[in-house]
Amino acid sequence: MNVLEIRDLGVDYLSQTGAVHAVADVSLDLRRGEILGLAGESGSGKSTLANAVARLLRPPAAITSGSVVYHRQDGTAVDVLALKRDELRAFRWKELAVVFQSAMNSLNPVSTVGAQIDDVLRIHAPKMSRKDRAERAVELLQRVGISADRRRSYPHELSGGMRQRAAIAIALALNPEVIIMDEPTTALDVVVQRDILHEIRALREEYGFAVVFITHDLSLLMEISDRIAIMYAGRVVETGTAEALHRTPRHPYTLGLLRSFPRLHGPREELLGIPGTPPDLRSLPPGCAFHPRCGRAMEECSTRLPLLTRGADGADGADGSDGEVACLLNGGRGVEEAS
Amino acid sequence: MIVLEGRNLTKHFTSARGPRGRLGRRPPVRAVEDVSIALRAGSVSALVGESGCGKSTVARLLAQVYPATSGDLLLRGEPVRAHRGAAFRDYRRQVQLIFQDPFSSLNPFHRVRYHLARPLRIHGHARSDEQERTMVAELLERVSLTPVEQFMDKLPHELSGGQRQRVAIARALAVQPVALIADEPVSMLDVSIRLGVLRLLEELAKESGLALLYITHDIASARYFAEDITVMYAGRLIESGPSEALTQSPRHPYTRLLLESAPDPDRVTPPDATRHGEPPSLIAPPGGCRFHPRCTVALPVCSSEAPGRTELGEGRWTHCWQAETPDPVAR
Ligand SMILES: Nc1ncnc2c1ncn2[C@@H]1O[C@H](COP(=O)(O)OP(=O)(O)OP(=O)(O)O)[C@@H](O)[C@H]1O
Ligand SMILES: Nc1ncnc2c1ncn2[C@@H]1O[C@H](COP(=O)(O)OP(=O)(O)O)[C@@H](O)[C@H]1O
Ligand code: SF4
Ligand code: SF4
Ligand SMILES: [Mg+2]
Ligand SMILES: [Mg+2]
Repeated sequence: MNVLEIRDLGVDYLSQTGAVHAVADVSLDLRRGEILGLAGESGSGKSTLANAVARLLRPPAAITSGSVVYHRQDGTAVDVLALKRDELRAFRWKELAVVFQSAMNSLNPVSTVGAQIDDVLRIHAPKMSRKDRAERAVELLQRVGISADRRRSYPHELSGGMRQRAAIAIALALNPEVIIMDEPTTALDVVVQRDILHEIRALREEYGFAVVFITHDLSLLMEISDRIAIMYAGRVVETGTAEALHRTPRHPYTLGLLRSFPRLHGPREELLGIPGTPPDLRSLPPGCAFHPRCGRAMEECSTRLPLLTRGADGADGADGSDGEVACLLNGGRGVEEAS
Repeated sequence: MIVLEGRNLTKHFTSARGPRGRLGRRPPVRAVEDVSIALRAGSVSALVGESGCGKSTVARLLAQVYPATSGDLLLRGEPVRAHRGAAFRDYRRQVQLIFQDPFSSLNPFHRVRYHLARPLRIHGHARSDEQERTMVAELLERVSLTPVEQFMDKLPHELSGGQRQRVAIARALAVQPVALIADEPVSMLDVSIRLGVLRLLEELAKESGLALLYITHDIASARYFAEDITVMYAGRLIESGPSEALTQSPRHPYTRLLLESAPDPDRVTPPDATRHGEPPSLIAPPGGCRFHPRCTVALPVCSSEAPGRTELGEGRWTHCWQAETPDPVAR
């Protein structure tokens, strides 16, 4: 029931000082209708991965390996990386839409939000009448919590939260199967952010699209996602249900992230954090890229690259977590004691 | 001991652009209204609020980057009046500001050594090259940029965000201030390195007796790193108290909303799904309590009269007409 299958994807940024392997050997499934959270530090490759899947990469970025397959509901498969320009235009919006961190990147500053929804509908759904398009624009805006009279507003006349809602409304216009959201709420206040997260979940229930939700805020992700993938230095190092990652993280990096967050409730546990700093992607440490910062590193960690493998307990882990981890501990099963 | 105190600070910005109102005047941005805040030696206080609520403006008023529209500043109990001259320069030295963006606060063309030596020279702390070198090394040591020889000659672009923020902190320390105002010092840093910078600030307060104001929109981090928290909303202070008490039993409806909205993977019951509206414009803020258009327990008086300060005991106070009513939201 996967709607998107990413296999062994590699993306480099080419430069005079050498290639930056921003995304390396990433394999990831997006299931129909799920919210998949993608977390990782700045520079870990989240946006590059998202842009590769949406075919939005520009030079000096280059896809060096792998494939991205999109499965339509009727069973046909689409090789996303092979789409030609005109096919791509139909693919984007109708099947896959993107919402960026800064709504300003998703919105056209010189056109009203109503007109922007109308544009998308006119180009991609030419059979709709002008009247139907106007009705649909109002419906979409109301659906994300913007009153109908604001359809004549320009982006700069809206608050940050309303702009982000408008960007989501446009993404919804053609009922895509997949919406990629790259830090859609990072620039917003927590209260407004909370409202928008509720909106996204409610819309998902209603329309059934799948979401790739990108953020560096793991606590936020644990609340909104069904499943989570953690990236470090261009690679996916752990996947699992939000619940399983919260309860029994298996990668030492995930564990470190969880122990870096101050908690709002319960005892004020000591925060352990993660020593050191994220690596320079131009000269990655050999073996497991996390080894210089890992408190559990063993000798082989600096020579052997751990691959993402399903928990040894089988496809449905003992805890039903159905997760994967890339860590050499315990014969490739990662951290085993409870956090 | 109170080191730095702002009393009834108000700041209105008159905007240079934007539509003119009646009489051809441009309406001011009422960024900060009637803010009183006190910083104690050896203690970390937090100022918490959402983006645009006026936190940075309070920071700049306390550091005298610009003068207040009205209100008073007291350094060790002495009112600060002049805006130039020796007394003012001394004030600017004693109260140091650290900014959110470690990428723009350091001149990219100068080495770490220069960034730290300059303030030492200007304020006459270092009298010889030898002494200057020792002091720069000491500063780097204090912010844990070791081995110091290696860091002295680095350019800002050769440092990570966390390391740059440490240089900015060392630079602020170079002039031997009594108060440090850190405006969102870690919000541009990665989660995994935030902790180290916050710990450093905490240590500086504890060990050097600095008075520290930690400004943040992240109330959970304030719970961990500050002894007391003051919450700000739309230019006004609305609640204050010891960190643990304030975060575990908030009294102001906005503090409650803020706590309920903050991401929290340990949350047992999902937060309610009603829409809460957005913060108001500070050009024409709502009359009465500025939170009343979003408040679920507002009374008729809330829209006409701004609530005064209600003391709640144990160092807590709030501005709310419902302050005496027990928590309506059972947690
Ligand atoms: N146009 C570019 N040219 C060269 N390198 C780039 C370019 N864009 C990104 N990179 C590099 O690729 C790596 C991954 O970047 P990416 O933007 O995907 O990270 P991210 O995980 O989305 O980070 P953030 O959390 O900061 O958004 C980084 O090392 C970055 O410096
Ligand atoms: N120099 C300025 N001129 C005009 N308006 C300003 C200026 N600085 C801040 N403001 C306004 O004052 C309000 C508070 O801003 P700020 O103190 O930066 O908030 P915060 O730090 O809490 O995000 C905002 O509405 C902001 O746009
Ligand atoms: S492979 Fe080794 S270094 Fe990498 S996370 Fe696991 S234990 Fe740590
Ligand atoms: S004063 Fe009134 S409107 Fe303001 S927070 Fe209290 S109850 Fe709500
Ligand atoms: Mg990004
Ligand atoms: Mg600010």
